[in-house]
Amino acid sequence: MTRPVLLLCQVLVAVVVVVMWHVLTTIPMFGRILLPPFFFSNPWDVGSQVYSWFSSGIIWKHLSITLLESVLAFVIGSTLGVLIGFWFARQPRLAAIFDPYVKMANALPRVVLAPIFALWLGLGIWSKVALGVTLVFFIVFFNVYQGVKEVSPTVLANGRMLGMSERQLMRHVFWPSALSWMFSSLHTAVGFAVVGAVVGEYLGSAAGLGYVIQQAEGTFDVAGVFAGMFVLSAFVIVIDVLVSIVEKRLLVWKPVVSDGRS
Amino acid sequence: MAVALDDATVAFGVADNRIYTAVEKATLRVADGEFVAIVGPTGCGKSTLLNVAAGLLAPASGSVRIFGQPLGGLNAQAGYLFQADALFPWKTALDNVAIGLEIAGIARDAALARAQDWLTSVGLGAFAGRYPHMLSGGQRKRVGLAQVLIRNPKILLMDEPFGPLDAQTRQVMGNLLLDLWSRDRKAVLFVTHDLEEAIALADRVVIMSAGPGSRIIGDWKVPLPRPRDIFEVRLDKDFHALHREIWSVLKDEVMKGYAQSAGMGAAS
Repeated sequence: MTRPVLLLCQVLVAVVVVVMWHVLTTIPMFGRILLPPFFFSNPWDVGSQVYSWFSSGIIWKHLSITLLESVLAFVIGSTLGVLIGFWFARQPRLAAIFDPYVKMANALPRVVLAPIFALWLGLGIWSKVALGVTLVFFIVFFNVYQGVKEVSPTVLANGRMLGMSERQLMRHVFWPSALSWMFSSLHTAVGFAVVGAVVGEYLGSAAGLGYVIQQAEGTFDVAGVFAGMFVLSAFVIVIDVLVSIVEKRLLVWKPVVSDGRS
Repeated sequence: MAVALDDATVAFGVADNRIYTAVEKATLRVADGEFVAIVGPTGCGKSTLLNVAAGLLAPASGSVRIFGQPLGGLNAQAGYLFQADALFPWKTALDNVAIGLEIAGIARDAALARAQDWLTSVGLGAFAGRYPHMLSGGQRKRVGLAQVLIRNPKILLMDEPFGPLDAQTRQVMGNLLLDLWSRDRKAVLFVTHDLEEAIALADRVVIMSAGPGSRIIGDWKVPLPRPRDIFEVRLDKDFHALHREIWSVLKDEVMKGYAQSAGMGAAS
């Protein structure tokens, strides 16, 4: 399929969905409207809600808060993940001791931590950042740990035979390998940073996209909920595109594996 | 003597606290400037012997001396060309070649300039900016060769370096190797399972018996004149005579090797 045709088909899907949504929520069929607008709103209301948010500029404040929280969660979570993942991988005894606790912490659904973080850190951005950090940390941690563990023994032996000291092995072998694993999980990690921020906002905050959706829901403003979801999806897509660009530049040395993403 | 192994025995602990003896009492000498090929059936411990010479493995008993000095730890005099891909996948061809100099403390500019020269002499001058995955198997081996040789090691250890390549590429690589080697005649220990390749390249061919506990069971001088062309040398009468002679010994070991691995397959 050529690129323009593909694009056309993708746009077509959106058009069909929106038209069906419009038809089912506004035009009566078999004597009644199949999707009551009270529960399903309609494309027009949602569109005008989104438009009014952007034209009045009110949404920028919420978007920037969510973005800030996501970025902080990502940066802090991945920094901790890289450092501790690296440390554990080089100290197998330490990793063995902490293994059950790491697994336990990772198995815990992170949403239950939200109230604790809200108590500890208040309703400002830091409780959301903390929630995002707990999500991002484990993804990066496991990937870096794996990356250091799975350095090819041949490449490692080659480094040694070329005369690398332990420090040089770190810099030229373990570090790039760990980073490549981390970058390959970049999409997931960034996605979870946003999830952490939005869920945190939804559960208790005074600003952010999660807050906007929660407020709309509280007043049975279904158009507002849908509009919030729409803005959130667009936000995530933009971030995902940016991550793809960064990824492409950082992983030029990697063979292209078709994973269905590109 | 560049490399002197005396009664080197190598054993590994395997499952159930059993010990697997890979190589038993191997005595091998490689003189400075000599090209020695080790040939043996699959799984006979050829690579094990090479790893002992490299210092990647310590023998359970016996001694390893490099230029007269007992070897403790890694062999800093040796360059090692691995069978599997050993290039750093996150470095370009140029950086892969330059790394050996950079870690030795040579300024990056100087290291890169010399790396470029080396890439040119292995015929990859135009591929400096490529990453390993963008190169063919043969090209990766060329980069590997440059990566090892740029450090100017006194001993070159090669573990079936051309094993994964197709027949034509192997011959081209063989000629390249001989060409580079003839410039300064390092001591070479070259492991292969291909007897023809061994005779065509080496000054001496050493045969190992089938494992476990493989020993060195034969040692032949190769009387072919140098410089050699690998394509031509295979047509030589002496080549055929020597090949027949060595093969008569090697054949039995190869059969034993197969019988053993078949037996293991049946047991497991």
